[in-house]
Amino acid sequence: MATFGKQVEAKIPALRRYARALTRDSDIADDLVQDTLVRALRSEHLFHGGEIRSWLYTILTNLNRNRLRSLARRPLHSPLEDNDAPDLAGPEAGSRDIERALATLVEDQRNALLLVVLEGLSYREVAQVQGVPIGTVMSRLARARVQIKGFLDGERPALRRVK
Amino acid sequence: MIDRDSPVTEEELHAFVDGELPADRQEAVAAWLSAHPEQAALVAAWRAQAESIRARYGAVAHEPVPGRFALDRLMRQGRASGGRSWAALAAAAAVVAFLVGGGTGWVARGATAAAPNGFDAFTADALDAYKLYVVEVRHPVEVPGSERPHMTQWLSKRLGAELRIPDLQSIGLKLVGGRLLPGPTGAAAFYMYEGPSGERFTIYCAKAVSPETALRFKEGQRVAAFYWVDDKVAYAVSGPADRDQLEKVAKTVYEQVDRSGAKKS
Repeated sequence: MATFGKQVEAKIPALRRYARALTRDSDIADDLVQDTLVRALRSEHLFHGGEIRSWLYTILTNLNRNRLRSLARRPLHSPLEDNDAPDLAGPEAGSRDIERALATLVEDQRNALLLVVLEGLSYREVAQVQGVPIGTVMSRLARARVQIKGFLDGERPALRRVK
Repeated sequence: MIDRDSPVTEEELHAFVDGELPADRQEAVAAWLSAHPEQAALVAAWRAQAESIRARYGAVAHEPVPGRFALDRLMRQGRASGGRSWAALAAAAAVVAFLVGGGTGWVARGATAAAPNGFDAFTADALDAYKLYVVEVRHPVEVPGSERPHMTQWLSKRLGAELRIPDLQSIGLKLVGGRLLPGPTGAAAFYMYEGPSGERFTIYCAKAVSPETALRFKEGQRVAAFYWVDDKVAYAVSGPADRDQLEKVAKTVYEQVDRSGAKKS
């Protein structure tokens, strides 16, 4: 248990990073991480060797999917729109743009892209987390990149014009 | 290996950006890109996206971890809040199913330990007991529900596990009583409840091998059962085959036996 606990503990910073990018809301993200940890600790006997990191990402990804599903039954409001400050130029605007671009992705594509570029998982590991073949991971990744590029190419000039 | 001039697919460009190509192919693609500015621009755009994502969220991993994530605290909290909630049990079930299906590096040990034999044998026993005693008018139980404390003590002793006989009055079910039965691995406890229109539900429980399992549902022609293992005790809640109604009963039972687990620790 001590080793298991230590291994789980070592992953908390990365899980928080992934959850933050997934949800783009620090409170929701930390709740998600907490649920993931509780679930992992109680399910230790379900973990049978293998990579603890992929397992934790799997739980978090599934929990977030459940969350979105139950959210979908209620009227949606986007937290991004709610606290929109006037658009800024410079790096601040860039980080906002990527946040919005991520928000436009389909959930599975967002998961795949974030696991690869932010969390540094291999295609094989992402396939394991998502429970799909590697080819599916690659096409999700490709579609995510096309979507983000389209969003940024279309959005940036518009923001400049406003300014 | 593919030579330097072979066409580069878009898939390979993604793999190139993500460092998924073998070293020699990585080099070949880099060389190819220097002669193909359009694709090079695409690759640059994807890299810039990745950079923005890392720039935006990377710092989160360097923040000090808040105290709420202290593991000993989370474990205490898990127990204090009554352990796995009914909803959590369902969610964990999804995780178990997923691990079995998609995992190469791990297996869901809890699921294999309980299924198919443990689960099937146990619910079959529970449903047999249900069918046998639920039609009994004069002697459905050995000990009447009015002797709950005595029954709790007696059955706990025989099973070798601290039992708690749920009170289902809140959903309109009265405890008829209980009896001791043979179980798959020793003694089993059996409680019967009755609703206002005479419908009967039973709980069959015995010590289990695995500490806990996901929730399962088994449906026969006219009867059905929910099965789970928690804190090393297996439970099967049986009743008429109306899943919604039975789930309500099982959920109430779950919450009550789980609370007793919390009290113990």
